[in-house]
Amino acid sequence: MILWELIRENQRRSWILFIAMGGCLLALGYALGLAWMPHQDGGVLGMMIAALVWFVMSLISYFSGDSILLSMSGAKEVNRNVHPQLFNIVEEMKIAANLPVMPRIYIIDSPASNAFATGRSPEKSAVAVTAGLLSRLNRDELQGVIAHEMSHVVNRDVLYMTFAGVLLGSIVMLSELFLRSQYYSLGSRRYRSSSRDNNQAQAVMMVVALVFAILAPILARLFYFSLSRRREYLADASAVRLTRYPEGLASALEKISRPDTELASANRVTASMYIVNPLKLSQRQVVHAFSTHPPVEERIKILRSMMKGANYKQYADAFSKVKGNASLMPASALADSEPIPLRSSSSPAEDTRSSKQKARDLGDLMRVLNDYMFIPCACGLRIKIPPDFNRPTLACPRCRRQHDLRSARPEPAGSGA
Amino acid sequence: MGVLLIFLGGVLLVIFYVINTYNVLVGLRNQVKNAWSQIDVQLKRRYDLIPNLIETAKGYMKHERETLEAIVNARSQAMSSQSIGDKAKAEGMLSDAVSKFFVVVENYPDLKANQNFLALQEELTSTENKIAFARQAYNDQALFFNNKIEMFPSNIVAGILNFTKQEFFEIPEAERAAPKVQF
Repeated sequence: MILWELIRENQRRSWILFIAMGGCLLALGYALGLAWMPHQDGGVLGMMIAALVWFVMSLISYFSGDSILLSMSGAKEVNRNVHPQLFNIVEEMKIAANLPVMPRIYIIDSPASNAFATGRSPEKSAVAVTAGLLSRLNRDELQGVIAHEMSHVVNRDVLYMTFAGVLLGSIVMLSELFLRSQYYSLGSRRYRSSSRDNNQAQAVMMVVALVFAILAPILARLFYFSLSRRREYLADASAVRLTRYPEGLASALEKISRPDTELASANRVTASMYIVNPLKLSQRQVVHAFSTHPPVEERIKILRSMMKGANYKQYADAFSKVKGNASLMPASALADSEPIPLRSSSSPAEDTRSSKQKARDLGDLMRVLNDYMFIPCACGLRIKIPPDFNRPTLACPRCRRQHDLRSARPEPAGSGA
Repeated sequence: MGVLLIFLGGVLLVIFYVINTYNVLVGLRNQVKNAWSQIDVQLKRRYDLIPNLIETAKGYMKHERETLEAIVNARSQAMSSQSIGDKAKAEGMLSDAVSKFFVVVENYPDLKANQNFLALQEELTSTENKIAFARQAYNDQALFFNNKIEMFPSNIVAGILNFTKQEFFEIPEAERAAPKVQF
């Protein structure tokens, strides 16, 4: 009940921002139409074209946005055997969030640490995590991350952010198209014969359109980013409510925010889908207003100051303590019926694996994803065989024992269901 | 004539209301049952995992007879209890015994290095979590159902048609707090 309240409030705010962004798009279309075709009903036509572009792109992203995103990030669907713990944790969160079906699980073959969720509804959801994340985080931390991602699905953030992203994309695309065409046609326009009056009117329209083409993407970005940041805080709050263990997410964020490797395949379009901003430091804007994610330090601080319970109310209290008097949620959503107590850690207190062991686990996981075959030899060595190794037999490099590969080749573990 | 029509209309309205309320209550009761079966699946899973765990640990932990016996006893007690209240209490004791066992395991590095044991530990930890999360979901559903059959006017229909309150799956206060371990 409470969650619905929250989702509805979220939807109301999202619609306001949506309409503002849609307004940007239509105004841009109108200005561009007038600039290109000042004599006919160019403005209306431009608006229609802009709306059509947005409509078509929305349709595409609605029906295949998740598979585009997953294939763009190089994610592979995996079965339970590849990483039983990840499957268990996703199942736990499925139970906690009361999802109707188990989300599909993907692993991204990358040593960086990040995760995202996709799917337009809880029935069609998928979570993807990088191999690096799996090898760096302990159980509680991983649970925090998965809970955050599932919250994006439950709160319908994925759907809204996809549509908002497409809207932003359409605006950026149209304005770039216009600016480029202006740049290339500056020379040729001079020779076009036309009456002086018309020329003047067209010149004015051209200036207006130029201003619009420059301003619209900036405005739309501001709307988009404020939409995205708010949803990150809410997903954090929901994640705590699901796991009842704020420290898990807090320490995961801490680990992820000092990355040793950047996620190579992340680009600006998919940036808002991730748990922390995946773009390189140089690409990360210094200005707060242009960031898809709230500052990680603030998110950690809020999570760490939740001492009493895991309800939305406790998160909102911690939020206003850290951020001053800003309020995050409507009061009606905070009237939680029953207090939810925090629980204590379920991970072993210390991580017993050495960094060498972690690196080895990561390497093994990435080999499994790439369809490597593992053959345990009687001498204790585990031979790793690349998928394109075609010879029928292989001698163990340590003890020279012969292994028959044709009988040993199992189903590739990484190819999934 | 007019009075009769109004009376008949009123009777029809009441009948429709009763039918509708009955259907709503049945739907809610099924949701509670479904939430309970979610817990039940996980409890069964835990019963299945424990013998394997004991079997693996036995060889390494010769001096921890009491800890292992506590788990076995708690398991059989939980399996034989019938009502939701009894079951909750017994399951709480079982959770307690299992978490004590995992604390003791810290003293046995050989056991902790055993791959089979690690896999079992992960399964059992996950099952404990799933029970806790499913319990929360069940209690939420049960609370909603109980509110419905206590509130006016649906309480009248519930009273006539014999809907009874669902028991919460409450683990006793002392056992709810997982033991905090400092290393």
